[in-house]
Amino acid sequence: MKNNDNIQLDGTVYRVGENINTDVIMPGRWCHLTDDAELALHCMEDYDTEFNDKISKGDIIVADDNFGCGSSREVAPLSIKVAGIGGIVAASFARIFYRNCINIGLPIFESPECVEATEMGDRLQIDMFDGKIINVTKELEFSFAPFPPFMKTIIDKGGLRGYVLEKLRKE
Amino acid sequence: MGLTIAEKIIADHAGVESVTPGQIVNVPVDMAMANELSAALAIKELNKWGIDKLHDPTRVCLIPDHFTPNKDINAAGIATLVKNFARKHNVKYYYEVGRAGIEHAVIPLEGVILPGEIIIGGDSHTCTAGAINSFATGVGSTDIAAAWATGEVWFKVPPTARLNYTGKLRPHVYGKDLILHTLKDLTTSGATYMAIEYGGDVFDQLEMADRLTMANMAIEAGAKAGLFRFDEKTREIVESSERFLKEKPEYKIVDPDPDAKYTLERTYDISKLEPQIACPFSPDNVQPLSHINNVPIDQVVIGCCTNGWLDDLERAADVFRGRKVHENVRALIFPGSQKIAMEAMDLGLPQIFIEAGCVFSSSTCGPCIGGHMGVLGENEVCVSTTNRNFAGRMGHLSSQVYLANPAVAAASAVLGRIGSPEEL
Repeated sequence: MKNNDNIQLDGTVYRVGENINTDVIMPGRWCHLTDDAELALHCMEDYDTEFNDKISKGDIIVADDNFGCGSSREVAPLSIKVAGIGGIVAASFARIFYRNCINIGLPIFESPECVEATEMGDRLQIDMFDGKIINVTKELEFSFAPFPPFMKTIIDKGGLRGYVLEKLRKE
Repeated sequence: MGLTIAEKIIADHAGVESVTPGQIVNVPVDMAMANELSAALAIKELNKWGIDKLHDPTRVCLIPDHFTPNKDINAAGIATLVKNFARKHNVKYYYEVGRAGIEHAVIPLEGVILPGEIIIGGDSHTCTAGAINSFATGVGSTDIAAAWATGEVWFKVPPTARLNYTGKLRPHVYGKDLILHTLKDLTTSGATYMAIEYGGDVFDQLEMADRLTMANMAIEAGAKAGLFRFDEKTREIVESSERFLKEKPEYKIVDPDPDAKYTLERTYDISKLEPQIACPFSPDNVQPLSHINNVPIDQVVIGCCTNGWLDDLERAADVFRGRKVHENVRALIFPGSQKIAMEAMDLGLPQIFIEAGCVFSSSTCGPCIGGHMGVLGENEVCVSTTNRNFAGRMGHLSSQVYLANPAVAAASAVLGRIGSPEEL
C-alpha cells in the first residue's frame, strides 16, 4: 500500500447489513432532540445499544443495500455524524437519507464491491479526490461512483449551508 | 420524446421544454412544508446560517402533528418554537392543533397544494399529495431551511416507474391492498429514487382515499414521489378545499404523454387479489390475509396519514356497527384531520366506534412513530393501518406490527386476532 496524502477518512469499520432503517438509527421517541450531544447518545440505539461504546471518532459505517430507508428524519444522519462517524460506505442508500447526508456534510460513498469484501473491524482509508477506498486490512482497493458536478459543489462547500449562503450573497 | 407526469411538472417549474432522468435542476417550490419535528431542526439551521428573512412566507406550511397535542415538556418546547417562528414570519399556512390535523391529510384537503404544483415536505410521507396530480416529495430539514431561504430546491430528475392495475376489485380490497401487493413485488428498495406513476383501468374504481393511501406508501418502495392523473374525483377534492373556495386559484392538470418513457413497468391483475397483510418487520414482508393463521393481537390502530380518510373510517365503521371490540384488544381510531372528523360525525361514525369500545381520538401521528397515544409494550402485537412496521416503530423493540386495510383492522379488533370481515 503506497502512502497517500489525499486520505481524508481513515477509520475502523462498523459493519451492518441491508435495509437499515431510520427507525433503528434514531427511534421516533428521540426525534424531538436537536442537541448534538443528546443525538449522539441515542445514535443506532435500536440497532445496537452498545454502538457508542464500540465506535471511535473517525470510524466508518459499511452497509449493504438501502441504508437509511424509511423516514425523512434528518436527526438520523445527523446523529451518525455527531456520534463521530467519519463516513458511510454502502452498496446503495435510500433517497432522502442520501440527500440529507450531502446536505449536512456527512461523507457517503456507494461501492457494492467494497461492501462485499469488507468486514467488521477492517481498517478503511478513503481518498475523496481520487475516488478510492482502500481496505488496509485486506490490502484491497476499490473505486466509488463519482458525484455529479452539482452535488460535488455542495460537498465542497461542506453542505447545503455553504451553497445557500453563497447564492444569497450573489443575489 | 414524451414525458411522464413527474417530468412534465419538473420541466414546467424549471422553465424548460423537457427534462431527462438524472439531470439536476433547480426549481422553485410552490410550498415547503414541515411538521414540528422537522421544522425545529430547520429553524435551528436557519438561525445558524444567520438568515432572518423567509423568501416567501405564503409558500411556507407548518403543521405540528407528530407529538401533538403536546405529549410532554420537550414536545411542548418544540411546538412553541414552531408557533413563534410562524407568527414572527407571518407564515400563511400555520395550522394550530385543533384547526387542521395530520399534515398529509391537511395538504390536499385544505388546498395547501394544487395539481401541477411542487411541494417539498420535511416528512417522508409528503408523497401522499401525489394523489392529486402534484409532485410531492419528502426531504430533510436542511432542504426545508434552504427552500424557506431561497424559494428553491435542487432535484435530480427521477426516472419514472409505471405501475398498472387491471381487473375488478373484490370486496374488502382497497388501495392499501394494492400498494402492499406492490411492495411485496418491488421490495423496500425496488423504486429507489424513482417517481411512481400509478395507472391502469382500476384507476376509475379507486376512490381518492385509495389513491391517497397508495401515493402515501410510494416511499415504502424507496420512491421519490407517487403520482396519479387527474379526474372528476380529483377535481372534487381540490375544488372543495377551503383555499380553493376562497381564492379560486388556477391550476394545471398534467397527463403523461402517450410516448412517455418509463424505466420500470409493471402490470398487476388484481381480480383475484384478497386483502394483504405486511408482517413484521418490513412493509414488503407481505402475505395474503388467508395465509395468516391465528395471530392474537393486543391493539388495533385505524387512521393516521395512510388510512385516516373518510372512506377509510366508513369502511371500519361498517365492520364495527353493532359489534364489540374483543376483550383482549384496544382499538384506537385517528381521523386524518378535523375536517374528516367533522364529516365522520355527520355520518354518525364516532358513535359507532365508541359503542363498539374504540377510542375515537383527535388527529395525531403519535402512535405510528411510537411517540404517544398508543405506544406498544413488550411483546405486544398490533394491527395497524399505518405505513411502517419496522422493529420498534410503534414502541418496544420486541413489539410486532402488522399492516392492513381499515376493514381488516376493524375485523381483527372484533375477532381478537388477525382476521377478515368475512369471518364476522
